[in-house]
Amino acid sequence: MNSVLGNKKAIVVLLGPALLVFVGVMVIPVVWSFAYSLYTGNVIRGFTFVGFDNFVRLFNDDEAHEAFFFTLKYSVVVTAAQIVLGYALALLYVFVLKKSSTFVRTMVFFPVVLPTVAVSLLFSRFFQFAPQEGPINSLLKFLGADTIDFMATGPGSFLVLVLMDLWRSQGFYAVLLYAGLIDIPDEILDSARVDGAKGGKLLRHIILPMSLPVLLSSVVFSFNSSLKVFDSVLALTRGGPGNDTTPLNLFMYKTSFLYSDYGYGSTIAILITVLCLVVTLFIFRSSRRDLTKD
Amino acid sequence: MSNPTITKTTPTLQPAVPRPRRRAPLVSSRSLTKVLVAALLIVVLYPLGWILAASFKTQDEFLNQPLWTLPAAIGPDNYLSALTQGNLATNAVNSLLVTIPSLALILLLGAAAGFALEVMVWRGRNPILLLIVGGIMVPAQIILLPLYTVYFKTGLTNSLWPLIITYVGHGLPLCVFLMATYFRSIPRELFEAATLDGGGIYRLFWSVGLPLVRNGIFTVALLMFFSIWNDLLIALTFNTKKELATVQVGLLNFSDEYGSLQYGPLFAAISLTIFGTLAIYMFINQRVMKGLTAGSVKG
Repeated sequence: MNSVLGNKKAIVVLLGPALLVFVGVMVIPVVWSFAYSLYTGNVIRGFTFVGFDNFVRLFNDDEAHEAFFFTLKYSVVVTAAQIVLGYALALLYVFVLKKSSTFVRTMVFFPVVLPTVAVSLLFSRFFQFAPQEGPINSLLKFLGADTIDFMATGPGSFLVLVLMDLWRSQGFYAVLLYAGLIDIPDEILDSARVDGAKGGKLLRHIILPMSLPVLLSSVVFSFNSSLKVFDSVLALTRGGPGNDTTPLNLFMYKTSFLYSDYGYGSTIAILITVLCLVVTLFIFRSSRRDLTKD
Repeated sequence: MSNPTITKTTPTLQPAVPRPRRRAPLVSSRSLTKVLVAALLIVVLYPLGWILAASFKTQDEFLNQPLWTLPAAIGPDNYLSALTQGNLATNAVNSLLVTIPSLALILLLGAAAGFALEVMVWRGRNPILLLIVGGIMVPAQIILLPLYTVYFKTGLTNSLWPLIITYVGHGLPLCVFLMATYFRSIPRELFEAATLDGGGIYRLFWSVGLPLVRNGIFTVALLMFFSIWNDLLIALTFNTKKELATVQVGLLNFSDEYGSLQYGPLFAAISLTIFGTLAIYMFINQRVMKGLTAGSVKG
């Protein structure tokens, strides 16, 4: 029996190709990127060794700081909004709509599968100011307010960006959190109700603590994907106006392919990777402390 | 919803003088829910309906009427222009030429690796599984520049291969992780019994293992399909030629194809991408659901 399941040749045949591609596309390039960060230049111009200059530059680069803080601001706002809204929707599905939630759930989930580029273009037209005002500005006008050129200002662009990402992803987080809520045993909820827990009390003392694990993984998931935001920004604002909505990822892309500086580009890519790891570990760590306190 | 105040009142034992009740609802909670759900559906669906309606407008309608108005007539002109002059048809073919082979390779390699790492017994399988699963955390940004260097030096940048290779490599960790999880949930006795029946290891993988995790494969396929089909970063980085652009890259640079901005074809392109993707989703999702129910009846 073990001779079949321990067949050495078969292991090589079955695992070999996947391992080869994984090492070639993931492991080697990651190591290679670390090496690139010690150089400056690109494929065509050639590379010169500069030691840790790229890291020093990253530390003193105002544009990098701007991108870094924009990424953090964006991630915090989007994650908070996604989780709160997603949780509210999940509660609506489980406790208000109950069995009849399938239709609403499916409808709200639809935008999740849509390509970001198409949705970005849709939203930029939806919030359009000129030459023809889009539906949002028409609505503002109808309500007697002034029309707004959203994409001309940093805060306006940021607002549209956040609204779009919410529209696009709220269905996903709602379903994710819904799966966590539906797992709470009915007996626990019933006995809590018998004990007199209702509405807000039931939510705070029973539902929230019991869905904490799935809430937590949603936060990690949401924060991680927000840190890597690229498509929506590029398609919606191209990082503008100016550099007002340029996250690290787009900054890295511009540095590498517009200014053809692979060394500095790799350094920014390392920063993004480290940031993702640190945030994930930090959230898991802090949550574990809280759980033991409880 | 018309008379919400009287839908839920308790007439019995009502005191003659109305005491100030705590939390007296102005609107009954049921109609409040209805309003909430309606608002939710409008927010989700209105933009989709709007883009569909607007995609039929003529350039004249775009310039002289507010964007929320409906088109005067419905015709295929904008769509035809988007597909031909706007290159959307070429882009769609490219996207399919990239997505289908990538998907097939990811599933085949991932399932085989998951089988070797989870079902087969050998020293060192856990560290290797851990190494591959660690790849889930690696963002695409950090592998782009070295890969671009390799593709550029080997002349691959003039083909769709860079995309396929990168998607397979970047998608494998998650696929292997999920496949290993699915294989783990199958009782080991099943495989051990099959080996006693004298089946070779490849038959065990192909005829026993794969059918057992069929539903898992559908789910992974759905996940991977959309991450590849909707990807922009990798496609934009390795696509240097217009003829090789995928749908997302083509859409990003769509207006470049027209001298002055033509709204109709652009709206048609957005609408076609959105509803095309939605149709693909509904089709695959239905298959997944079918697979899940078929599995549950059998198992």
